[in-house]
Amino acid sequence: MRLDWSLLAPEYVLAGWAAMLVLVDLFLPRLRKEWLGYLAAAGALAAAGTSLIWLGDEAGFGNLLDVNNYTTFFRLLFHGIAFTVCLISARYVGQRLRHHGEYYALVLLSALGATYMAAARELLSAYIALELSSFSLYVLASFAKTEVRSNEGGLKYMLLGAFSSAILLYGLSMVYAVAGTTQYDGIRAALAGGLDGARSAALLGLVLLVAGLGFKVAAVPFHMWTPDAYEGAPLPVTALISALSKAAGFALFIKLFVQAFMPLADDWRPLLAGLAAATMVLGNLVALQQRNIKRLLAYSSIGQVGYILAGVVALSPERPDVASAILFHLAGYVISNLAAFACAIIYYNWTGEEDIYGYRGLAERAPFLALAMSASLFSLAGMPLFAGFVTKFVLFQAIAQEDFLWLAGVGVLTSFISLYYYLMVMKQMYLGEPPEPTRFPTPWLEYAAVAALLAGIFLVGLAPLAVMEAAERAATLVYRDLAPALLAGR
Amino acid sequence: MEWAVFATIAIPIGTCLLLMLVPYRHEEQVRYLAVPKLGPLPDRLPVSGRYLVRYLCLLSGTALFALSLLIFVAYQFEDGGYRFELRLDWLRDVAFLGDNGISFHLAVNGITAPLILLTGIVIFTGVFISWNIDYRNKDYFVLLFLLVSGVYGVFASLDLFWFFFWYEVAVLPMYFLIAIWGASTNFGSFVRTKEYGALKLVLYLVAGSVLIFIGIFATFVEAGLGTFDLPALATVAYDETFQKIFFPFFMLGFGVLAGLWPFHTWSPDGHVAAPTAVSMLHAGVLMKLGAFGILQVGMALMPEGAHFWAPVLMTLGVTGALYGAVSALAQTDLKYMVGYSSVSHMGYVIMGLASMHEIGISGAVLQMFAHGVMTALMFTNVGALYDQAHVRDMTIFGGLAQRMPRHAAYWAAAGLSSLGLPGLAGFVAEVLIFIGVFKAGYPWAGALGILAAAITATYILRMLARAYFGPFNERWSFLKEMRLGEQFGGAVLVFFLVLVGMWPFPFIERISASVKNLPGITQ
Repeated sequence: MRLDWSLLAPEYVLAGWAAMLVLVDLFLPRLRKEWLGYLAAAGALAAAGTSLIWLGDEAGFGNLLDVNNYTTFFRLLFHGIAFTVCLISARYVGQRLRHHGEYYALVLLSALGATYMAAARELLSAYIALELSSFSLYVLASFAKTEVRSNEGGLKYMLLGAFSSAILLYGLSMVYAVAGTTQYDGIRAALAGGLDGARSAALLGLVLLVAGLGFKVAAVPFHMWTPDAYEGAPLPVTALISALSKAAGFALFIKLFVQAFMPLADDWRPLLAGLAAATMVLGNLVALQQRNIKRLLAYSSIGQVGYILAGVVALSPERPDVASAILFHLAGYVISNLAAFACAIIYYNWTGEEDIYGYRGLAERAPFLALAMSASLFSLAGMPLFAGFVTKFVLFQAIAQEDFLWLAGVGVLTSFISLYYYLMVMKQMYLGEPPEPTRFPTPWLEYAAVAALLAGIFLVGLAPLAVMEAAERAATLVYRDLAPALLAGR
Repeated sequence: MEWAVFATIAIPIGTCLLLMLVPYRHEEQVRYLAVPKLGPLPDRLPVSGRYLVRYLCLLSGTALFALSLLIFVAYQFEDGGYRFELRLDWLRDVAFLGDNGISFHLAVNGITAPLILLTGIVIFTGVFISWNIDYRNKDYFVLLFLLVSGVYGVFASLDLFWFFFWYEVAVLPMYFLIAIWGASTNFGSFVRTKEYGALKLVLYLVAGSVLIFIGIFATFVEAGLGTFDLPALATVAYDETFQKIFFPFFMLGFGVLAGLWPFHTWSPDGHVAAPTAVSMLHAGVLMKLGAFGILQVGMALMPEGAHFWAPVLMTLGVTGALYGAVSALAQTDLKYMVGYSSVSHMGYVIMGLASMHEIGISGAVLQMFAHGVMTALMFTNVGALYDQAHVRDMTIFGGLAQRMPRHAAYWAAAGLSSLGLPGLAGFVAEVLIFIGVFKAGYPWAGALGILAAAITATYILRMLARAYFGPFNERWSFLKEMRLGEQFGGAVLVFFLVLVGMWPFPFIERISASVKNLPGITQ
C-alpha cells in the first residue's frame, strides 16, 4: 500500500515548529520571552493555513487516518485553540513560568495529538493520538514547578489519566478480541453481523471504553480530576485543557460511536444517557458553590460536557444532523470558553487574583474586560445575542428530534441553573466596589485577542450559517463511507 | 412599511451601539460600558457625554414612538390578517432545518399593532422619566434600549426561534437594570435588597423559559416541517393528546412572565426594586409578552389543548385577580400596592384569554394596552413622589394634592382607570373581559372578577384619600410639583388612557378583526 505522506503536512509544520521553539529558546536566550509565544502562535496559524489545502478532499492515510472535511474542521478548531492559547499565555508564561520553549512546544504537540484523535479510523491510532495529547497536557498542568497546587493538580491528572488509559486500552483489547480488527468499519461489520457468545465481551469492552473516554472528557462520575487539575494548572493551560481535551475527546467519541459501535446503539444509549444526565446535573449544581473562577469554569465545563454527551446519546444511525449540531456547539463552546479564560488570564496578570470575590468592581477598573467576560459567560449560559443560545438551541433541538426530548429538557433545565452562577460573577464585576479605584493599563494585544473571540461569539450567535454549514459538511463525512447494508444492520 | 417594523427593532439596537461610543467629559465619572480608556477625552464637545446620551435617547425614543404610531394607524384591519410582512432567510437547509428553516420573519396584525403602540408610548415616556438618572446613565440607557429591542422583536416576530430569541433578550438586561439602578426596601424587621428582587425576577423568568424551550422543541418535532415559521406551524393539526400535554408548557412558561398566580411573586419584589422607567417598561410592557406568548404560541398552535386547560387557566386568572387585589389592599408601601395591582390586572388578562371567546380575548388584548399605559403612569407617579420624599409609605402622607395638584390628578386618572371608571381605558377592557367570561360559561369567574374590581376600588380610593386628599400634613411642605419631564410623560400616558376610554373603536376594531382569525375560539 502506498502511503501519501503529504497528507500529514500540517502536523509536520506543528512538530517542526515545536522543535524549532525549543531550539530558539535554547540558542537565543536573550530573546524577549513574549516573542516566543507569538512565534508559537504563528506556527499554529501556519499549520491551520496548511490544513486548508485538504478542504473538501477525501483521502486516507492508509487505513489509519482520514483526511477529509471532518479532519479539516477539527484541525482548524485545534490549531485555532493552540493559536489563541499561545497568544494569551505570552505575558503569563513570560512572567510566571520557566522553560518557555518547552511550554509552547507542548501546547503545539497537544494540538497535534488532538488532530489525530479526530482523524483516526482505527483504534490504535486513536489511542496513540490520545496519549500524545494527554501526555503533553499532563506535563503542562504541572508546569508551575514551584507551586504545590500545580504539582498536585498535575500529578492527580497524570495518575487518573494513566489509570483511565489503562481502562481504555483494556476496553479496546476486548473490542479487538470480539471483532478481530481495529478498523472502525470492520468493528461495525463484526458487531452488525451478530455476536453469538461474544456479546457480553463486546459490551464489557464498550463499557470500559466509555469509562476510559469518560475520564478524558471529564464526564460524571469520572470527573474527579477536573477541578483540582484546573485549579492547579497555570491559567492558560487550564484554558487549553478545557477547550482542547474536551473537543478532541468528542471528535473521537462521535467518529467511534457512529462508525464502529452504532450496531450496539440500543445498549450504549441508556448507559450514555444516564452519564449525560448525571454530568449535566452534577456539573451545574456543584458549580453553584464555587468561589474560585478556575473551579467555577471547571465545573461549568463539566456541565457543558453533559450537553455534548447528550448529543452523543442521540447520534442517529442514518442522519448527520445530531453530529453536525454537536460540532456546531463545540465550536461555540470553544470560542466562549476561551474568551472567558482569556479575560481571567488578563485579570490574573494584573492582580494575581483568581477568587470570584476578587473580581469585584472590575467594571469600573476595566470596563471592556468586564463586558467581554460577561458576554462570554452569558454565551456559556446560553443567552441570546451570544453564541451559546443558537448552538444550544440547535443541539437540544437535534437531540429532541431523535426522541430524546427528556434529555433536551434536562439540558435546558441545567443551563437555567448555570445562569445563576454566571450571574454571581457578573454581580461582583458590576455591583461590587473595586478594592482600589485605579484603572488598569490596556494590554492591546490581549485585548485584540479577546475582541476577536468576542467577534466570534457574536458571529456564531447572530450569523451562524457559515459555521453551521461547515459543521454539517464535516459531520456528513463521518457517515459517508458507511455501507447501506451496515446501516440497516442495527 | 415593512421596514418600519424592522426599524422598531433596529433603532433600539442601533441606539445601544451608538450610546456605547459616546465619550464622557468628566474623567471621574467615567463608566464606559465598552470603550477602553482612550486617554484624556475632548473637553471641546459642545455637550457633556451625559447630555449627549440623553439627547440620543430622546431622539431614538421619539422615533420609536412615531414609528409605532405609524404602524398602528397604517394597519388595515379589514380581515385582521398580517401586514407589513418582511422575511429574510437566516438559517436554511442545514441539519434538521428545511427550506424555510429559521427566517427573520416580521409582520403586524391587529393584536400586535396596539401592543407595538404601547411599547412606543412607554419607551417614549420612559426616556423623560429617566432624564434625571445621573449614575452611569450611559450604561442604563444601553440596557434599557436593549430591553426595548427585545420587546419589539417579540411582538413583531412570526418565527418561533426569533420570538423566543427576543423574549430572552428582553429578560437579559433586567438583572443589571434592577441591581444597579434599583432601590432596596426596608421593612423594618428585614430588608428586601435590590439584588434580591433582581435575581428573583431573572431566575423566575428564565425558569419559565425552560418550559417554553421544551415546548418549542416538542412542537417542532411533532410538526415535522423543518421550520420554525409560526404561520406554517399553525397549519399543522397536532394530535390532541400532544396538545393536552404540551399546552401547559407554554401556558405556565409564558404565564410566569404574565404574572400568573402562583408564579407571580417575582413581580411585586422585582417591580418595587426596579428604577421607575424599568418598572414602567417591565410591568407595562414585558408582562404583556407573557400573555401575548400564551395567545400567539400556545393558543394559536394548540387550540384543543387550550380548550382542555381553559378552566384551569381561568381559575388561576381569577385567583390572581383576587389575590393581587387583596394583597394590594394590605400594602402601605405605594410601590408594592402598584406591584400587586399589576398582578391583579394581569389576572383579568388571563381570564380574558381563558374565556376562549372573541369578546373576552379582545378585552384581554385591550386590557394589556390599558393596563400597560395605566401601570406606567402609576409607576411614574410613585417614582416622582419617591424622588422627593424618599419614602413610599402612604400612611404618613396627607393632602399632597395641595402641594402637587398635577401629580394628584395623574394619580386620580391612573387609579380611576384601574378601578374601571367609565370613560377611561380600564373600563372598556374590563367590561369586554367580563362579558366574554360570562358568555363563555364561567359566571362564577366573572362574579369573582367583578369582586376583585370592587376591592381595587377600595385600595385605590383609600390610598387617594389617605395620601392625596384630606388635611395637609405639614411635614411634607418641602415637596414640589413633579419635574417637567415627568409631567409631560404623565400627560402622554393620561392622553392615551382617556383616548381609549372615550374612543376605543380604533383599538377594538383592529383587535377583534385579528382575534376572529384565531383557531378554536367561540364568536
